Amino acid sequence: MPKRTDIESILVIGSGPIIIGQAAEFDYAGTQACLALKEEGYKVILINSNPATIMTDTEIADAVYIEPITLDFVSRIIRKERPDAILPTLGGQTGLNMAMQLAEAGVLEECGVKVLGTELSAIEQAEDRDMFRTLMNDLGEPVPESDIVHSLEEAVAFTEKTGFPVIVRPAYTLGGTGGGICENMDDLNEIVSSGLKNSPVHQCLLEKSIAGFKEIEFEVMRDANDNAIVICHMENVDPVGIHTGDSIVVAPCQTLSDREIQLLRNTSLKLIRSLGIEGGCNVQLALDPQSFQYYVIEVNPRVSRSSALASKATGFPIAKLAAKIAAGYTLDEIMNPVTGKTYACFEPAIDYIVTKIPRWPFDKFESANRLLGTQMKATGEVMAIGRTFEESILKAVRSLESSVYHLEHPRGAHLDMEEIEQEIRKATDERLFFVGEALRRGVAIETIHEWSQIDLFFLHKFRKIINLERQLLDHPFDAEKGRKAKESGFSDIVLARLWNVTEQEVYEWRTSSGIIPVYKKVDTCAGEFESDTPYFYGTYEQENESEKSGRKSILVLGSGPIRIGQGVEFDYATVHSVWAIQEAGYEAIIINNNPETVSTDFSISDKLYFEPLTVEDVMHIVDLEKPEGVIVQFGGQTAINLASGLEERGVKILGTSLESLDRAENRDKFEQALSEMNIPQPKGKTAFSVEEAVKIADHIGYPVLVRPSYVLGGRAMEIVYEQKELLHYMENAVKVNPEHPVLVDRYLVGKEIEVDAISDGENVLIPGIMEHIERAGVHSGDSIAVYPPRNITREMKDKIIDYTVRLAKGLEIVGLLNIQYVISQNELYVIEVNPRSSRTVPFLSKITGIPMANVATKLILGDTLQNMGYDTGLAPEQEGVFVKVPVFSFAKLRRVDISLGPEMKSTGEVMGKDRTLEKALYKGLIAAGMEIRDYGKVLITVADKDKEEALALAKRFSGIGYGVMATSGTADFLKNHGIKVEVVGKIGSDGPTLIDVIRQGKAQLILNTLTKGKQPQRDGFKIRRESVENGIPCLTSLDTAEAILGVLESMVFSADAMPKEA
Amino acid sequence: MKRQLVLEDGTIFVGEAFGSEKETIGEIVFHTGSSGYQEVISDPTNYGQIIAFTFPQIGNYGINRDDFESIQPSIKGVVVKEAADFPSNWRSSMSLPDYLKQKDIPGVCGIDTRKLTRLIRSKGTMKAAICGMGENVDILVSRLQAVEFPTDQVKRVSATKPYPSPGRGKSVVVVDFGVKHGILRELTKRGCDITVVPYHTKADDILALQPDGIVLSNGPGNPEDVREALDMIQAVQRAVPLFAIGLGHQLFALANGCKTVKMSMGHRGSSYPVKDLETGKVLFTSQNHSYEVAEGSIDAKILSITCRALNDRSIEGLEHRDYPSFSVQFEPESSPGSEDAKFLFDRFLQVMNEENTSKGMVDQHA
Repeated sequence: MPKRTDIESILVIGSGPIIIGQAAEFDYAGTQACLALKEEGYKVILINSNPATIMTDTEIADAVYIEPITLDFVSRIIRKERPDAILPTLGGQTGLNMAMQLAEAGVLEECGVKVLGTELSAIEQAEDRDMFRTLMNDLGEPVPESDIVHSLEEAVAFTEKTGFPVIVRPAYTLGGTGGGICENMDDLNEIVSSGLKNSPVHQCLLEKSIAGFKEIEFEVMRDANDNAIVICHMENVDPVGIHTGDSIVVAPCQTLSDREIQLLRNTSLKLIRSLGIEGGCNVQLALDPQSFQYYVIEVNPRVSRSSALASKATGFPIAKLAAKIAAGYTLDEIMNPVTGKTYACFEPAIDYIVTKIPRWPFDKFESANRLLGTQMKATGEVMAIGRTFEESILKAVRSLESSVYHLEHPRGAHLDMEEIEQEIRKATDERLFFVGEALRRGVAIETIHEWSQIDLFFLHKFRKIINLERQLLDHPFDAEKGRKAKESGFSDIVLARLWNVTEQEVYEWRTSSGIIPVYKKVDTCAGEFESDTPYFYGTYEQENESEKSGRKSILVLGSGPIRIGQGVEFDYATVHSVWAIQEAGYEAIIINNNPETVSTDFSISDKLYFEPLTVEDVMHIVDLEKPEGVIVQFGGQTAINLASGLEERGVKILGTSLESLDRAENRDKFEQALSEMNIPQPKGKTAFSVEEAVKIADHIGYPVLVRPSYVLGGRAMEIVYEQKELLHYMENAVKVNPEHPVLVDRYLVGKEIEVDAISDGENVLIPGIMEHIERAGVHSGDSIAVYPPRNITREMKDKIIDYTVRLAKGLEIVGLLNIQYVISQNELYVIEVNPRSSRTVPFLSKITGIPMANVATKLILGDTLQNMGYDTGLAPEQEGVFVKVPVFSFAKLRRVDISLGPEMKSTGEVMGKDRTLEKALYKGLIAAGMEIRDYGKVLITVADKDKEEALALAKRFSGIGYGVMATSGTADFLKNHGIKVEVVGKIGSDGPTLIDVIRQGKAQLILNTLTKGKQPQRDGFKIRRESVENGIPCLTSLDTAEAILGVLESMVFSADAMPKEA
Repeated sequence: MKRQLVLEDGTIFVGEAFGSEKETIGEIVFHTGSSGYQEVISDPTNYGQIIAFTFPQIGNYGINRDDFESIQPSIKGVVVKEAADFPSNWRSSMSLPDYLKQKDIPGVCGIDTRKLTRLIRSKGTMKAAICGMGENVDILVSRLQAVEFPTDQVKRVSATKPYPSPGRGKSVVVVDFGVKHGILRELTKRGCDITVVPYHTKADDILALQPDGIVLSNGPGNPEDVREALDMIQAVQRAVPLFAIGLGHQLFALANGCKTVKMSMGHRGSSYPVKDLETGKVLFTSQNHSYEVAEGSIDAKILSITCRALNDRSIEGLEHRDYPSFSVQFEPESSPGSEDAKFLFDRFLQVMNEENTSKGMVDQHA
């Protein structure tokens, strides 16, 4: 069928901010889809609240709305734009849920908007647990014994029938929010209660546990003519019981015979056909390891994280094809974009093994519960391709950038057998590494299988890795064994350690012995047809398929997996850099390992190498491609960290030199540079020992800010108020030594300012200055940033511009830099300079229209600002107010303290823009998922030092009709100052306590500053977690509270009684 | 132990030995399925071939009792990147290397099978040898270039005597050109009363069994080498419904005046898209063939084309204009690969039913 001509304009809904369970994969899908629709000549209207995305670039869609994805705002845009159709299946669960709401509210009907692709009724049938189960019964497809419950009582009744363990899955949530496995009645109590709260329809599915079954996924597509294909099947290394987003996944399936594959293929195709899906769909199945018995776990009637993975694993662009199908095409009419010679109606054949490993945020959240279950906890993932499973998984391990390069755990050698058994039985993010440790100690794979249920096939492969490791130990620099090690994915770092030499020595020995990788093409067809796709992976075999072109090339390093502190913003900058390189006439080559991103779409760059980002892996590509140089400043800290290793090996780092990078990042050199430039910074020093830290702190005075040097996203950064806390920090949070010093700085209370600038070495363009709502001390990534700044004087602004220009020149920056300032007592201090692209680059680029990554790339390649038409100094300020609001994923991470501090905790961000600050903030906050009620009650529990400030806020809350609740201490204080307060009991007191108030939803907003000390036992912590669990906004910064209060005040009319007549 | 794979163009791949230790010569082809190696290895259609698997890890789920396509595999060798020494699957009863050793089939692993595949793609299928490292390669290459493969493959894999596989349903005669168990399984599943007859059985002998329908099976080699079957086909197609598969399809075409030609590298994989020209829908089919019915050799008054390969447009299905006979080039029984086309067996049963009804016969076996 040819494309639909009854429609001209199409609304695409994005997925909003990055949260756990919904990451960069939807930027990839959305970008592909928008471009595919534009290619067909449709007018594409896009709504997405997340500015850090490629899809919200004005080149991607015809009309881009960075607005909250709420019924209210989307309806407004529909009424204004009057699109002919809507495509709801590309924006993750957010997009789907929004489309359902629009349909239910009658907006689609009112505006005559057709739904493209899968019909909403089909989506409902797949998503609604009850309807889905009925469908499965009608089709005769087995589903695990289960029941929908609406209350705890119903849940108890179910378990009386089936027994434990049971799995709880809340309806209509993403990433399994609020779900889990219950082993007993206590678990049931907790998980069902939170699940019911998390589900927008207050439903949970209780399911008899089939933990231990093989978990298999099929990515399938179907068109309106009922052609249905399997793009890829995947097997989870971790059996059923761990969310697939938290599982190590291999493609294609490894341990299934053809009969099992065909059995599940038939079921998957039967499901997509009976649901009538037009587009992509993910089917999750469980297969008994001992029989042909299988169960359908769930169906996602949309593109998903798994479809992004399947696209990258096979080369088949699922989202692009889903968009074409939605536009009316059938698969047999569309050419396979990879071969260009065959049709898209085919099932990819692959001739390599793909492994995905999730990236979890536990390095940042030490107190978080690392146990994996049905609720996803990973923020991102890495993928690696190899010709054997061993090669593929070891490449994936070193792509994680978790300081682990092998199947080993830093604590491994110190644990006794019993502890290792416990670790493996527990199924945490570290299990893979403990399995390695157990094998190293000679534990039988059958025993490990019993502990973990991991298939013997995989365990045997791990055993082969460990056995090879032993052989290598005994045969240093043995060419045959060395080659075998490389074929099995061993990194040079590991070989160096085994042989007690440096990594460089291994590299040199190896390359001189001819043990170097070749690059194979990802071509969707296992080599059967010719293809021109520039998509490669490295492996140790005979034939190299990646030929160096005759053109001059530039290599760009990507930013690896999405993690807290290094999100999709860096992929945005990477992609723009690639485009700029192409505009400048060079061949752009990219290396990255994140399957979710736009940058790893092979159609973006001239050449894509899907490889780990380590010095070794990058060097191999440099050796082959001989690029003019390497650009490291867009790939976040990942790429920056590689700069010195690359330069040591003779690679040219383009843009800001390594020396200058070091000057900005090395504390002492930085301090010296600043004093030479006469720019002040908070007093501080580098400590190489605990004693030194104490001495420095005594000298500069408490409170002090402490952190390890060279960190990303403020990892392990804390404000300490006294020596006892400092000692605790030094002993627990960091391991200080001469190689890993700790920075101790005076903590200045004041206003934080953030600036991004672009420099060519002579001139410095400042696209914008942002002011943070939260005072210094809250990580910039977790602060609300406001553009343009509102509360700084003309003089201060000039000073900021002056410092920024001088810093950029003084540090000899060529390209981007990001600076954090604090204004304390009317004095401007530099807190830090990041000589690279930053989180705010897409935000500012979109506001100002200055394509910052593009301009910076051109400067790096030798152009000048003047030549490009830019002046030195601050760019003209834009009309309106723009806010960047952080978004957190606390609901998914139990035991994590949500209080804001110097350590970054947010996973994503949204933008709010409007004519006034209050309106922009309102949009930002609701886009971030906060519910703002113009009346209700606020519960205030604050530390003594905050009481004065809290009083002012309480007065204003009272003033707009909000009820004030507080625990006795705070309540007395407020009462004494004439505020009507409802007293609630403290935790542990008789009668209803504030925990009850929170659970019963009696407060609409919670203000809590009881921090200090991160022990979860503390009451403050309990209050904060309880509010997260119950979905009530809890503010831990009085500045955020004041900003929200401002919004509330602007929403309500004043209610002051008339003054008494004199 | 090292071992080499030598191609007739002189290319040498050095790898590790597994399976039988003997030396072998055969025609090298590649198969693109990531699963189904047991079926491929035991498929009689692959007689005389050295099979290279494009998927790099073969043997992961071992060899089981149930998934053979013949009792005695007739391939000449197996080439893989890695042969699994430790299979894992509940049905596995031995490893692939052990099975090949048991069946005296040599294998070579550890070679760059993607390089090999790309070579075959550009040069077409070639003659090849698997041999020890001591072999003089120059002599071997000239030997390879000179070697003539046998033309009696069908005779070598076909049953020598008729045998029954009783059922209470439709009486079906399967003419065995190298029949896969998969075809018999599908007929058995539908209750058919099957008699398998040797490839050279005469039409009269077949019709004497009073079948409701006849299946011309798959098989190895060049259809031109089995011309003795053409008279039989011409005779039986007039009498009873006929369903021809693979080599059977090519013979059916030859019997009706078409020509067949050898393809450059053939189709071997689990999931080839084929377009049904009547419905416009695409079926995913398991395929394994080196020859095809020549485009333009079809007399449109006799045969009509029912389906074509989506990508190279090659002929994948035919139907007789006058008789209830139809054929497909692919393998509707799957085993291994996509099961999308299994419904063709239902269609065959339906055709037999309709035929019986139109002839006024009562279905005696129902």
